[in-house]
Formats: sequence, structure tokens, C-alpha cells
Amino acid sequence: MADVTLTTPPDTPSRWTRFRDSDLLASFLSSKLTMVSALVTVVMILGAVFATWIAPTNPFDPASVDLMNSLFPPRWIEGGDPRFLLGTDNQGRDIWSAILYGMQVSLIIGIVGVIIAATLGIGLGLLAGYLGGRVDALIMRVADIQLTFPAILIALVIDGVVHAFFKGAPREQTAFGVLVVSIGLSFWVQYARTIRGSTMVEKNKDYVHAARLMGVPAPLIMLRHVLPNVIGPVLVILTINLALAIITEATLSFLGVGLPPTQPSLGTLIRIGNDFLFSGEWWIVAFPGVTLAVFVLAVNLLGDWLRDALNPKLR
Amino acid sequence: MLRKVLFAAAAAMALSVGSAAVAPVSAATLRYANQGDLKSLDPYTLNETTTNAHLGNVYEGLTKRDKDLKIIPGLAESWEIVEPTRWRFHLRKGVKFANGEDFTADDVLFSADRVRAQGSNFQTRVPKDAKFVKVDDYTVDVVLATPNPILHYQWDTWYIMSKKWAEANNATQPTPASAATPSYASLNANGTGPFKIESHQPGVKTVFKPNPGWWGKPEHNLTEVIFTPINSDSTRVAALLSGEVDIIEPVPLQDIQRVNQSQNAQVLTGPELRTIFLGMDQSRDELLESNVKGKNPFKDKRVREAFYKAIDVEAIKSRVMRGLSTPSALMIAPELFALSKDFTRPKADPEAAKKLLAEAGYPNGFEVGMDCPTDRYVNDGPICQAVVGMLARVGVKVNLNAQPKAQYFAKVLKPNGYKTSFYLLGWTPGTLDSHNVLYDIMGCRDDATARGETNLGGYCNKQLDALTDKILVETDADKRNQMIKQAFQIGIDDYGYIPLHQQSLAWGVAKNVKVVQRADNQVLLYWIRKD
Repeated sequence: MADVTLTTPPDTPSRWTRFRDSDLLASFLSSKLTMVSALVTVVMILGAVFATWIAPTNPFDPASVDLMNSLFPPRWIEGGDPRFLLGTDNQGRDIWSAILYGMQVSLIIGIVGVIIAATLGIGLGLLAGYLGGRVDALIMRVADIQLTFPAILIALVIDGVVHAFFKGAPREQTAFGVLVVSIGLSFWVQYARTIRGSTMVEKNKDYVHAARLMGVPAPLIMLRHVLPNVIGPVLVILTINLALAIITEATLSFLGVGLPPTQPSLGTLIRIGNDFLFSGEWWIVAFPGVTLAVFVLAVNLLGDWLRDALNPKLR
Repeated sequence: MLRKVLFAAAAAMALSVGSAAVAPVSAATLRYANQGDLKSLDPYTLNETTTNAHLGNVYEGLTKRDKDLKIIPGLAESWEIVEPTRWRFHLRKGVKFANGEDFTADDVLFSADRVRAQGSNFQTRVPKDAKFVKVDDYTVDVVLATPNPILHYQWDTWYIMSKKWAEANNATQPTPASAATPSYASLNANGTGPFKIESHQPGVKTVFKPNPGWWGKPEHNLTEVIFTPINSDSTRVAALLSGEVDIIEPVPLQDIQRVNQSQNAQVLTGPELRTIFLGMDQSRDELLESNVKGKNPFKDKRVREAFYKAIDVEAIKSRVMRGLSTPSALMIAPELFALSKDFTRPKADPEAAKKLLAEAGYPNGFEVGMDCPTDRYVNDGPICQAVVGMLARVGVKVNLNAQPKAQYFAKVLKPNGYKTSFYLLGWTPGTLDSHNVLYDIMGCRDDATARGETNLGGYCNKQLDALTDKILVETDADKRNQMIKQAFQIGIDDYGYIPLHQQSLAWGVAKNVKVVQRADNQVLLYWIRKD
């Protein structure tokens, strides 16, 4: 007990106290919109994470699906079945469960895709900014070229190429990897550009010079000294990109190159439902669509807030 | 950008619709959309009705089929059976290919070789051992090893190609469906038919123009036909209802009512002669896609029976097909076989299926891959998904590989070595006769004769083959029907295939367009009139 008081001087606030007194929290608490979007995001993520326990059925398990239950409207509409809150799709899958599981798939793909993009972008951005010269030129020209194509097009091309490599492999086995890689490779440019810019500023600062003079090897300087000082803006891009990645996944699945109908993500659910748009079975497409829209909106609002809150010029 | 293009297209549409009232000339452009695309123009690549129909506007066979599917003269004006093994075909004179070359006996001889060559998907059109003899420029004799009274039954889709054109363009060999690069013949067409192809972008659009040099008298009044594949059901319907296209095939079952209620379009329905079925690989010693190693579960009849009993076709009818299908006990449509009433399809029985699987040594089921097209038959994808669910409930885990038909056919057909373990296919016998089913689909695979060419699972029963050979030469209709019945019974007892149903024709047609709807589901442009 005595040791603890010794090692922690009373005038150094704990992490929690620092966070509690920070501008970040104050700014968060002052914006109702941000609080609502944070709540929505958290609830939806929890729903996705605990889908296995919340969802009444498992749409991934074909054995639990009965074709005779297909095309029931939502429970509160005439002809609805009390077992199916939001109705069923053309295969008899419970839409409510499918949305929960679909969110899970969409989120996992989005997060893993963004992690790949961020890792790649940060690495290349650090290299380009720190080393400069030809390496910089090469990396940034590749980035420029890639920026001239829409991300969705790049993702489509990568998807096509990868499928050509794994010709004949069932989509069920390759779809996840292909999507994650497509998204990762489509979104790295933003990270690389941001990181490169800040790195070029940081590398001329005294602490970097000092480290260099002390003989610290370049990779270590990049990772230990430069990276922690340039990572801030990346957090903002991460949040906004997560929403983008989920939309991209949904778009690819909607276009039919994403996840197969037996592993429905939100995009796949919307694609299935789209076929019934005209025939009166609106619930198949409406609920997954609304879920996607609300989630992406909430994450985007959070990202916007984070960008403003972390921007010293706006304070 | 896309929005701009769409807007421009919409504006152009509005203009063309607006001007249609005053200038009827522009109305003769017909726009046709199918759920699947037209990949290869080579008439020997893919024996599939939609492709055959497309190419039937451009190419012609020695025979043709009329609006009621009766055989009529095509490039052959007449024919006679000189002796049971020698047929004589008198070719039509003055016929020219679209590029101006004359059509002669040499082209028939050339096409007969090409259609039977490696990589062709039409090898059963012409018996392997038939010899083609040129008597003179406009007479060809076909010398057969054994009599074959139905020799010409499916020659309406054996399209005659120009020898000179093929030789000049290095296209003397057929393009296999699995070909990685397109050949000249798969991107260009040179036929004798009422239309020629103005431009062809696979998967995007194909433009047909009337062939001014055609030998026949055109019944259509079209000046141009634009074909586009539209895979998405709702987009296809929207295109029809908005007037962007004049004909769609098929109309998604869930939208039939909506199209019929619309002001400017209607749905033409009718029974189709196609049978949709499931096949199982019974030839390999080990399945390509399964977790069972060292043996092939489908070689065990009990497993095939279990699959048969696990699948509830009535549920598929009521839920997936919305009532618009006829569950089938046979591998042929009832319209095409007089005694089909003698057969009834047993009810689904998942409990019995489970028992059978346990008896066969798979009490916990097993895993198997399934191939399925997504843009070929009515609701093909959802049918396969339903099958996956039904089999899951008896413990079999099916890994569904559902792809567009171009990739699907490239994978499972003969040129790629029948790479499938379990698949969904539909078949309309080109001869409109049971023999074709018994020979092409249910016959033992044999490279020498091309028997069993589309028997993707390699089901084989020599007894059935022997009957099939007798059926071919039997002329007494009653006896023949009895033999056909016997042969189908063998297939049923073996559980060689799992027939599902006959689907229903559903063409969406604008009200100012008149079409001839043939029961083989061929959308043929040369009978279409547009006001």
C-alpha cells in the first residue's frame, strides 16, 4: 500500500481522470447527436457480437430453415407468424436473425478490411515520408494512379483476379478472404497520404534528429518515434473508413461478387430482397436496407465528430 | 458519370417512345432481355436452349421446326430414306451465307465433321459413325452404320457453318465451353439465317440486323434487334414495365401478376417441355468435392434414394415456384411421352432418407459440393438453396457453388471433364422424343459414340442402353412406348437421377409486340412483329 502511494505521486492524474477531464469527453457530452449515434453504434455492434444468443434462429444453418415458412410478412401485419418478428425471406429464413448475423458478417469484413488497409497504408506512408526520394515517388505515384479509379472498381478488379486464381474453388470458401483483401487494397491510399504528410513534418524535428544521431536504426525510428506522433488523424480515417468498407462490402455483395446467399451479409440480404421489390414482399429488402443505412450513418456521424474534436484549429 | 449515362439513355428512350407515334419506322427496333447472356457465337459450343435460340436467328440447320415444333425443310428442301442406312438430303439452291458465299454440300460435310470434333457440345447431333457423302453440289447422302429413323429430329439446332469462312478465319475446330480465350467463331457469326449479327459484346449486348439476302420470306417486321442480358429479376421487370425493353424472358414468378396488371405489357405463360433435375456423380471412385475419401457415396443406391426422398418437390412448387411448376416423376415432360401418366412421384420422406443414409454407413451424413447455375432456369438459384436446406435436415451438408451459366457450364460439361459431384440441370430433348433423354442424359458415357454426352454424373446401366438402342429402331408406336416406359422404370429403380419438375414458360411481352411462344422456350426473332 505504501509502495503504491510512493510510485504514484498524488499530483499525476490517473488515465481515467485525464480522460474524464479531457476536451474529448466534454465535446462528446456536449453533442447530443454524437451521443445518440454512439449509442446506436454500440447497440448495433453488441447485437452483431451477441447474434448467436439474441437471434431466434441461425440462418447459416440450412437445417434450421424450413422452406414452408417462406415469405411470411412481419409479425404485426396480417398473415404474419409470431415466430418471425420481421417476417421471412424466400427461403424461410427469419429476417430478424438474418439481419443480426448479417451485421456480424458485415462488421467482421469491414473491420478486418480496414485493418489491412490501415496497416498497408501506414507502413507505406511511413516509408514514403521518412525515406523520401525514389521510394516516396514510387509509392505515391502508385497511390495517385489508384486514386483515379473508384474504390469499388478496384475491389471488383481484385475480386475478379483472385477468383481467376482460385478457379473452381467454391465461393463460400474464398468469398471472405477475397472481400477483405479487395477492401484492404482499395482503401490504403488515404492512410498512406495522411501518414506521409505528417511524417515529412515530423522527420525534421529535433527528437528525430537526436535519435538518428544516437544511431537508432531507421525502422525503429519510424515505428517508435515517428509513428506515435502521426497516428492521431488515422483514428478519424479508421472510423469513417469502417463505414465505407461496410458499404463497399454491401455493394460488392449486392452486385453478386461478394458473399453467397448461404452466408448472408447485409449486402447479400439486400440483393436477395431486391428481387422481391416489385412483388409486394417489401420486408425482405427494407429491414436489412434500413439497418445498413442507420449503422453507416451512425458510424459516419461518430467519425465526423471525432475529426472535429481532434482538430486543434476548430477549438 | 453513370447517372449521366442513365439520364442520357432515359432521354433517348423518351425521345424514341415519343417519336414512335409519328414515325413507325423506329418502332421496328426490338429490344430483348434475357436473364442470361450470350457468351459464344460458335454454334457448337453450348447446347443450351437460350443460346440455340439466339443463334437460330442467324444460323440454320438442314431442317427447321415450325411454330408447333413440327419438322419442316430448312437448308435441305427435301430428304428421303433411300435404304434404312442411307438418307439422301436435297439441299436448297441459291442460299447464301451472310458474307455472300454460296451454300453447298461442302459446307454440310464440313459442319458434320466440326460438330462431331473434340470440344463440340453437340456431338450427339450426328452419329459418330455416320458417313457424309457428297453426291453433287446440292445432294448429300448420309450413310449410317445402323438404322436411325429419328436421325434428323434435332437437326434444327445443328447449324450449318460455312467451310470457306471457317478455314479463312482459323475456326475449323469447335470452341469448347471451357475455352479460356474466345475464337474467331465465338465472336463472329456467318450463317444463312434471317438475321445477321451486327455487333457482339459478350455479356453486354448483341445487335441483330435482318439479313437482306435471306432465301425465305420474312414474317417479322423488324429492322434491328438489340439483345441485352439483365440478370437481376427486378431490373429486368422494371425495364419491361418502363418500356426500355420489349421482351423479357423469364418473368420472375413473383412479378407475373404485376406485369399483367400493367398497362403496357403482359405475361405469356404455358407449360414448358423442360425437365429440371438433380444429378449425382456415380462414375468416379472418389468424389471431387466431398469429405468422404476413398469411396464415392453416390455409388451406393441407398444414398441416391436417400437424396431423392429428402427433397420435397411439392414444397419447391408451392414456395419457390409459386405454384408454377409440375413436379415430375420422369426425366421427360408429360407432353412428350404418352405413358407418363403411369408414373407418380413418391412423396418426400426425410425420415426414410435418414434411415437409408444410416444403413449406407453415413448416420451423420457427409459433405458434398453442388454446382448450380443462377441465370439459366426459372429460380434455379433458390431451388438449389432449398435443396441445400432439405438435405441439411437429413444430415447432408451441401456446399453450394452457384454461378452464372457461363462459368457453370464451363466447369461441369464434357470439355472440362465433367467436374462436378452433384448438380442441377434442365433438359429439353432436342428431338422432342424420349430416346434423346435415354441416350444423352441417361445413357452410359461413351466417347466413341458420344452416348451420354450430357450425362454429367455418369449414371450407367447397360440394360437401359440396350433398350435405348432397340427404341431407336422400333417403328411400332405402342411397342416403342412400352420399351420407353421400361427404360424409364430402370432409371427410377436405380435412382440414377432426381427429377424435380417442369417449369412454366413466362415471357414478358410489351402489348405492341406479337410473338410466337413455342413450348421449347425458344425466343425466335423471325416470327416477331412490332406495331
